[in-house]
Amino acid sequence: MSLPNDGTLDRRVVVATLLRDPGDLLVVTGLGAATYDAGAAGDRPTNFYLWGAMGGAAMIGLGIALAQPKRRVLVITGDGEMLMGLGSLATLAAAQAPNLAVAVLDNARFGETGSQRSHTGLGTDLAAVAAACGWQTIAEARDMDEVAALRSRLRSEALFAVLRISPEEKPRHLPPRDGAYLSDRFRRALGVVDL
Amino acid sequence: MTNPTWQAGVYAALKAARISLIGYVPDAGHAHLINAAHADPAMQAVVLTTEEEGIALSAGAWLGGQRAALLMQSSGVGNCINMLSLPLNCRMPFFTLVTMRGEWGEFNPWQVPMGSATPGVLTQAGVHVRRADHAEDVVEMVAASAALAFDSQIPVAVLFSQRLIGAKVFVKEAAQ
Repeated sequence: MSLPNDGTLDRRVVVATLLRDPGDLLVVTGLGAATYDAGAAGDRPTNFYLWGAMGGAAMIGLGIALAQPKRRVLVITGDGEMLMGLGSLATLAAAQAPNLAVAVLDNARFGETGSQRSHTGLGTDLAAVAAACGWQTIAEARDMDEVAALRSRLRSEALFAVLRISPEEKPRHLPPRDGAYLSDRFRRALGVVDL
Repeated sequence: MTNPTWQAGVYAALKAARISLIGYVPDAGHAHLINAAHADPAMQAVVLTTEEEGIALSAGAWLGGQRAALLMQSSGVGNCINMLSLPLNCRMPFFTLVTMRGEWGEFNPWQVPMGSATPGVLTQAGVHVRRADHAEDVVEMVAASAALAFDSQIPVAVLFSQRLIGAKVFVKEAAQ
């Protein structure tokens, strides 16, 4: 079923573009396809994949950003995961961490559970929600030129970005899912394991 | 009313445990800690829209090498349950101070169901629960519970009983 506001971007290409040459970028991914997309782009110790804790991705990003003010943190999540943590858009705006950006892959669907239409397919505009919550810098991308432009902005600005991806489902790419392993390797990569 | 002496001791115990980030959903029983956190340049204080945000915030802080605590009221415990899978799966510490409602001189019946369920719900969700009923115990309990959480990397909640913090006064004339 296509919807009037369906995006056309290929989610795997979008995430591979955003994460190309990641440098010392710290990445948090929301459960479901955002986690698979980031894993497919290349597994790294400083990728923290969520396989649950729905609604928590942006807040985990805030915690990392506050603890590591000299590092850049990028949260990549889907519209359904962001909708479950909608209040965190207000919390992040109020906290004003300058080193944190959020990229929402918006296909207007709950892709993991059978592609049921989500609120963003029923009228909710996440970019407008973020603006109303107090985010100062907001962007949207509908083509790859706009995605390419967002790559550097997401690493330098306190940016909330919505990327209009196609509802097409991709083959699952399954990165590690043991939370203790993911947590330990992330902390070792940061050199904070003894804190 | 609350006794600022033990509240100041609790704040000092958080500092001694090297906690430098506090997420909170406000409660009158936590007012001293919240004010102290905002007044302390060495403490970051983050106001939350709902309590489970504080679990994710604490997890992120741990990933980044910082210790966090969540301040909430017992009514907020019910908002947290699925998010508690995060520290449990990731073998992370989680430390929360919970002010109890609905158990001692409560005026508002809407506070009773979640207040009654709080210790059981937390325990079922995998959180180690301690309960402070007396001012003389609370500071030591917070210090020991923070050590348990961060050194053993487990979720720990300290419940501040409503008797300890004092029942909220709804009708001021009646309190005199």
